[in-house]
Amino acid sequence: MVDVPLGSIGAAPAAAVDDVELYHPHSWLTKYVFSQDAKIIAIQYSLTALSVGLIALVLSWLMRLQLGFPGVFSFIDANAYYQFITMHGMMMVVYVLTALFLGGFGNYLIPLMVGARDMVFPYVNMLSFWIYLLAVLILVASFFTPGGPTGAGWTLYPPQAIMSGTPGGQDWGIILMLVSLMVFIIGFTMGGLNYVVTVLQARARGMTLMRMPLTVWGIFTASFMALLAFPALFVGAVMMLFDRALGTSFFMPAIAEMGQPLERSGGSPLLFQHLFWFFGHPEVYIVALPAFGIVSDLISTHARRNIFGYRMMVWALLAIGALSFVVWAHHMYVSGMNPYFGFFFATTTLIIAIPTAIKVYNWVLTLWRGDIHLTVPMLFALAFIVTFLNGGLTGLFLGNVVVDVPLSDTMFVVAHFHMVMGVAPILVIFGAIYHWYPKVTGRMLNDALGKLHFWITFLGAYAIFFPMHYLGLMGVPRRYYEIGEMSFVPPSAHMLNAFITIVALIVGAIQLVFVFNLFWSLRHGRPSGGNPWRATTLEWQTPETPPPHGNWGRELPVVHRWAYDYSVPGAAEDFLPQNQPNAQARQGTSNE
Amino acid sequence: MSSILLFLSALLPIGMWWLLRQGVMSKPWLEQGVVEGLPGPPPTSAAKVGLGVFLAVIGSLFALFISAYAVRMQMPDWRDVPLPNILWLNSGMLLLSSIALQGARNAARDGDAMALKIGLLAAGVTALAFVSGQLLAWRQLTGNGYLLTSNSANAFFYVLTGIHGLHVLGGLAVLGRTTAAAWRGRLSERLKLSVELCAIYWHFLLVVWLILLSILAGWAGSFVEICRQLLT
Amino acid sequence: MAVALILVLITVGSVAFHLLSPWWWTPIASNWAYIDSTIIITFWITGAVFVAVVLFMAYCVYRFRHQPGRQAHYEPESRRLELWLTVVTGVGVAAMLAPGLFVWRQFITVPQDATDVEILGQQWQWSFRLPGPDGKLGVSDTRLISPDNPLGVSREDPAGQDDVIVEGGELRLPIGKPIKALLRSVDVIHDFYVPEMRAKMDLVPGQVSYIWFTPTRTGTFEILCAELCGVGHAQMRGTVVVQEQSDYQAWLQDQASRSFARLAPAAQ
Ligand code: HEM
Ligand SMILES: [Cu+2]
Ligand SMILES: [Cu+2]
Repeated sequence: MVDVPLGSIGAAPAAAVDDVELYHPHSWLTKYVFSQDAKIIAIQYSLTALSVGLIALVLSWLMRLQLGFPGVFSFIDANAYYQFITMHGMMMVVYVLTALFLGGFGNYLIPLMVGARDMVFPYVNMLSFWIYLLAVLILVASFFTPGGPTGAGWTLYPPQAIMSGTPGGQDWGIILMLVSLMVFIIGFTMGGLNYVVTVLQARARGMTLMRMPLTVWGIFTASFMALLAFPALFVGAVMMLFDRALGTSFFMPAIAEMGQPLERSGGSPLLFQHLFWFFGHPEVYIVALPAFGIVSDLISTHARRNIFGYRMMVWALLAIGALSFVVWAHHMYVSGMNPYFGFFFATTTLIIAIPTAIKVYNWVLTLWRGDIHLTVPMLFALAFIVTFLNGGLTGLFLGNVVVDVPLSDTMFVVAHFHMVMGVAPILVIFGAIYHWYPKVTGRMLNDALGKLHFWITFLGAYAIFFPMHYLGLMGVPRRYYEIGEMSFVPPSAHMLNAFITIVALIVGAIQLVFVFNLFWSLRHGRPSGGNPWRATTLEWQTPETPPPHGNWGRELPVVHRWAYDYSVPGAAEDFLPQNQPNAQARQGTSNE
Repeated sequence: MSSILLFLSALLPIGMWWLLRQGVMSKPWLEQGVVEGLPGPPPTSAAKVGLGVFLAVIGSLFALFISAYAVRMQMPDWRDVPLPNILWLNSGMLLLSSIALQGARNAARDGDAMALKIGLLAAGVTALAFVSGQLLAWRQLTGNGYLLTSNSANAFFYVLTGIHGLHVLGGLAVLGRTTAAAWRGRLSERLKLSVELCAIYWHFLLVVWLILLSILAGWAGSFVEICRQLLT
Repeated sequence: MAVALILVLITVGSVAFHLLSPWWWTPIASNWAYIDSTIIITFWITGAVFVAVVLFMAYCVYRFRHQPGRQAHYEPESRRLELWLTVVTGVGVAAMLAPGLFVWRQFITVPQDATDVEILGQQWQWSFRLPGPDGKLGVSDTRLISPDNPLGVSREDPAGQDDVIVEGGELRLPIGKPIKALLRSVDVIHDFYVPEMRAKMDLVPGQVSYIWFTPTRTGTFEILCAELCGVGHAQMRGTVVVQEQSDYQAWLQDQASRSFARLAPAAQ
């Protein structure tokens, strides 16, 4: 029945508390502002990231207004449009999603889920947030400099990014963008070291790696990847900053600007693209892996069933993490690089689809023969599967080199990456917030508002991005300020564009309901108790909710089982918390 | 991009070995109770593990710079920089610094407070000498007309040595704090640990520097060329 | 119940949209029909997976929704099922990848008899250089660019003397002959994209990239720039006119004599 030697079941000595080791805040300022408590830092990260998200959302409205009703809004000229695109893209990818998943959820959940008191380097962790905030401020400051923010596209390709034909190229915009990214990377590295080392070092007694919830696995793997991938962006940013500010020729070949040759020679624009995508592709998974992990836990908890194929899920996460470092040039099929690379990168890219597909299968197989509670977090998780599946499948078009040729740099790409790394992870973030809000505040979010928010967001987002693929298939390029006259674009496509814009405005507006819900429920939400979802993982077993500083009171939890003992035959309840010793649970039942 | 891929493929087996040791193949649902058979969190201190991960990050940073160097070098406008002779002296200084710090580490382990202080001081002074020597090298180069903007080989020289120098300076700040602590207090476990961490970091930077030097001097290029000829 | 129904509706709606909506690719005008076939294969495979997975989900949501007394089934994993699914996925992926790589090989292998045509991008217009009667293009260099030599064509090279230069206008091509487009940029990265030709490639300053295709239909097609190149990106348009061989030759002769007259004084 059991093939691993068991320790003294239930009789494990309580882990001693080392009171001196704990950092204790002494004033309001050190408790809520310059706090070294991972939970406070998590909230600071999340609120900052959500605010940046609101800015990026407003920018997307403005872009959509221009695309849906070209020429109607005279204040959105081409300059402004490209600035909006760039800031929207960069903010969403780096300053919202990365920061929210790793800085927000990572900080809150890792220590609680592995049974630690806090991150291992709390002081560095605090610095990480403040440096992140500085990066955000530098980024936002570029809106107020002469020339405005950079309009180089979030990919910042040189030479275009540092030339005068691009908004901010010869002004402050691009400089502030590069500096902000460098600052962000430094701040992230500080945080990332914490997330990784806490998982390595601070797990509670009995918490073996394979007992960790997939959320922790996802954030852990993503943090590790981010630590190794962000330096590529750093290197690219340093070199571009030299090119822009000091006149070097790292990326600048001999070129002419407006008919006049410039004093540069020999640089390689493709080198930047390699560096950028060496970061950029793993970045996609840095956002996706935490989402994978979290959604696994949401589905398992709310379907009252263990995640199907846990081991396979872990291996798939690791395989995706490793493989994602050797697929970067699939973003460069039509970049003019050596075309023979296409064979290699198309193959690796399509191979990575296999572990990804396995994850999708295992999510739906977890629903099979489950006991599905259609709570708001569960709804978001289901919607994630639909949108992620859709976006993942269109990825097979773009990864398959020759199919990418007509589609790359069209609206098909825009639709694809919004589905897979925009909508899908955002749906997980919402689901996760509905799921863990009770732990953070002690109160439930309002259910009716939640369902309203869910349906409009999910169906709206799908209605925005699904039809958009077909604009791209038709041949409409991305990053077009206006379609204008294109002989092959029928008038009906303009109606489609207007429709998309209107839905985007509605979806954006409904987020206000969510923000309202966040604040309203803080006071008026139904008290939740410590474990409203009857979940097994450690964060729900804290003696107090919200957990105080130090998380566990005097005794650290001791872990007796994996994270997915739901509906175990013969158990009194349909869940067995991880820290529950044998107890009445499994007597006389077989494990198979 | 082969340097970075090489670097990552060196990390991969380490990761796999560690994961296997941690039991990624086991079936967790069959285990109940506090498992003693599998290793829990290892006894190494968190700070040391943290430093290890941090070194992986720095390694990745330099591997990427080297990748960029290797790509840019192929362009026809590339003109190699003649290395200033002072670099040899600087390398010697950095080597001495590492040796001194290793001495300090041993002294800390043996509880020899005097030797510890001397080791730390010597390491600090030689590292400072290294950094000043690098600055001199910059001055010589600019003096001889190898300006930042005149060729990308020059630009890479300044950027690579500059980034490496910044890492040495960062290390010096920590070393300064450690030295002050050694002067002030008794030989606590904490102090021993920080001396040890400094030493590891120093050795790592020495290795990085030697690799950078071999690349700037062109040895690495010839070495790769020889390997390629052997293979074909 | 409602949730399951909506999931079904999403599947049905997506498929219906795909089949019924008026938005689809433009009729092809080049030899790359293979690319279209690869896309169709991919649509079939991915479409089947999408429909299968979402409908399965809808069924689960309906069949296993919470009801009093229900208990979930406890089953940590099933090696057989997972292995089986992996293999099926692998086969599906291979079925898309293999034709893809096959066509890619053709895409990058230029036929021997292709005619060189130079396509040059600059902020924000297209220029073209066609080989004159000698069938060869002369060399060029960005450093030679000046107001009276906007493409930087070398005047020393005899092959360049009879080249036909078309600035900011339209590119004329003969039908049925393979064209190798040499792509060059004088300032930033642009991308030569003609939706009807299904071909697309970046123009990178400092290097020459290429694509090849054979026009198979006469007519006028739009050239779009598909790589962000500054504020004028969306306005960077041009036209390709595909003509019958005889019309094309007549036009070329006319152009060649004209540009020779223009270049002659400088060439002395
Ligand atoms: C309802 C929400 C959103 C709407 C309506 C929206 C809309 C848009 C629009 C109109 C563009 C410009 C397309 C073009 O002309 O090329 C764009 C670009 C982009 N968006 Fe979004 N977006 C949304 C959410 C997100 C999210 C959540 C992400 C996070 C990954 C994201 C990431 C990006 C990126 C990376 C770009 C590309 C920027 C570039 O081309 O440089 N968006 N979005
Ligand atoms: Cu990618
Ligand atoms: Cu363009």
